[in-house]
Amino acid sequence: MIELVQVVKTFQAGLATPFTAVDGVSLSIPEAQITVLKGPSGSGKTTLLTLIGCMARPTSGRIHLHRLPGNVLPQLQAGDSVEITSLPERFLTAIRRRTFGFIFQQFNLIRGISVLENVMLPAYPTGEDHRSVEARAVQRLESLGLGRHLRASVERLSGGEAQRVAIARALINDPTVLIADEPTAHLDSRLSEDFMALMGQFKAAGKTLLITSHDPIVHGSPLADRVVELRDGQIVAEP
Amino acid sequence: MRAPTQRYRNILDFALSSLLRRKGRNLSLTGVYTLVVFVLASLIFFVQALKREARELLVQAPDMVVQRLVAGRHDPILAAQAEAIRSIRGVLEVRPRLWGYYYDPAFGGNLTVMANEHEPIAADAVWIGQGVARNMRVNEGDLISLRAYDGLPMLFLVQKILPTESELVSSDLVLMAPRDVRSLFHFPEGLATDLAITAGNPRELPTIAAKIVERFPDARPILKAELLRTYEAVFDWRGGLMVVVLGSALLSFVIFAWDKATGLSAEERREIGILKSIGWESSDVLLLKFWEGTVVSLTAFLSGILLAYVHVFFFSARLFEHALKGWSVLFPRYRLLPALDGYQLTVLFFLTVLPYTAATLVPIWRAATVDPDAAMRT
Repeated sequence: MIELVQVVKTFQAGLATPFTAVDGVSLSIPEAQITVLKGPSGSGKTTLLTLIGCMARPTSGRIHLHRLPGNVLPQLQAGDSVEITSLPERFLTAIRRRTFGFIFQQFNLIRGISVLENVMLPAYPTGEDHRSVEARAVQRLESLGLGRHLRASVERLSGGEAQRVAIARALINDPTVLIADEPTAHLDSRLSEDFMALMGQFKAAGKTLLITSHDPIVHGSPLADRVVELRDGQIVAEP
Repeated sequence: MRAPTQRYRNILDFALSSLLRRKGRNLSLTGVYTLVVFVLASLIFFVQALKREARELLVQAPDMVVQRLVAGRHDPILAAQAEAIRSIRGVLEVRPRLWGYYYDPAFGGNLTVMANEHEPIAADAVWIGQGVARNMRVNEGDLISLRAYDGLPMLFLVQKILPTESELVSSDLVLMAPRDVRSLFHFPEGLATDLAITAGNPRELPTIAAKIVERFPDARPILKAELLRTYEAVFDWRGGLMVVVLGSALLSFVIFAWDKATGLSAEERREIGILKSIGWESSDVLLLKFWEGTVVSLTAFLSGILLAYVHVFFFSARLFEHALKGWSVLFPRYRLLPALDGYQLTVLFFLTVLPYTAATLVPIWRAATVDPDAAMRT
């Protein structure tokens, strides 16, 4: 479970034009469920994702990660809890690498290299054997119907295929939490529904999913366990 | 299995595939880099090889040479003065030497004609250096013709071609019997070109030289150490001059490297952002860029060294010989003995790889420490 307590994120703090993107958010995100953050552009959804995903630190407030998986940090056991806002970058990266898988709005695949290598990239710094990473990447890609595109360059893929590559990449380190930022922004309705179906499979497999979206296919999906609405950096509705 | 080295190997793998992705840019960078290493390495190899040859030449030179000056110019010395000098305390041996320069118009170079002091040579026979044999296209057993002082040809049998131990020492050498040297140059009996002096203790040489000048005011003693210093100074000066000229090339390269290697494109910055966001630390990105830089640097360094080695030791540094040798119009062509030393390579490494690394490090570090959430916002 992820727990946020009075989290504030202010950009350009101390300067003439400070901007508070997240303003006192307290939230619990349960395990093995799909939580959707919805709200208009500029409501603070993406900023909140970066804070939860250990990509940035809040200006104030606390973020607790409970029941961590094993092998995150040498000093932590599987099932331990950790408060992440005060950890140094190295530890944050290690937690991010093992705990979170990210699916970006623009997919953020690296051009010029193959689909397979893109998927393997997050595992390179872990020092895991190249062949075992490759075998896992092939298995992930095949399970997502991309087996025939392993050696293809990512520029040749359609939008839906590129997103599935991004999903395979997010899964390569076997994270417990999948974070997706506006995942259906570049997909048509059918592909958006396919995406949600896939998220349903991951939920069934025990993954925690945190998705930002203002697409009704996502926040109106019966698969979404919880929809949190944000506006101006604050939670305005939590059905 | 997670081995500590596996992380390095994985990132090296990706570094290589990254380099291949930007073939044009990296090939042009490596090409210019190789050229700079080649030019600098040629210069260093050539100057060092000349100095080494000069030192070898002087190993065989006498401790001191005494010449006679007339109106400030070198003139033949009375061989009889040898006896008087031999009586100075500390002098072991005094040998009158007979030698001179012979200009050969056929190949436009000066030959050094010398009476052999060590082993007797038959009359009308010569021992010649490799350069002379090469230029005259003769082998042992052939005849060569030299024009005497009066314009008449003198025929000599090539009895031996000197070994290539050091071509700079022997390349232009023609050894013959003393009587033949006197005939060729019309050198009067009782005179020698100079006197070669060997001392028991080299530390006494300055004192011996002072005593010689005191006794023979028209004598000019030249110490071996002075010769060595002069050679080194001349070669260093020439080398230094070239370094100044090439300095602008080096500077241009640093600017080029800065622009190419560090002027990270928007695409590269985006990629670094993606890597950070998918779990790479700043140190992983730095390692990636370090591998990329190392592959470019080492490829350029090794290629540049190899090309310079071939250029200097197999093609006699054709590109720089006029600037560095200076006397190439008169001096027969010779080949330097191939040799490398660790110190030179280290100096070269620091002259080329270090500026490149320094030029690339800071901007890469800046890009590598970009916030991982940057990728979320593109």
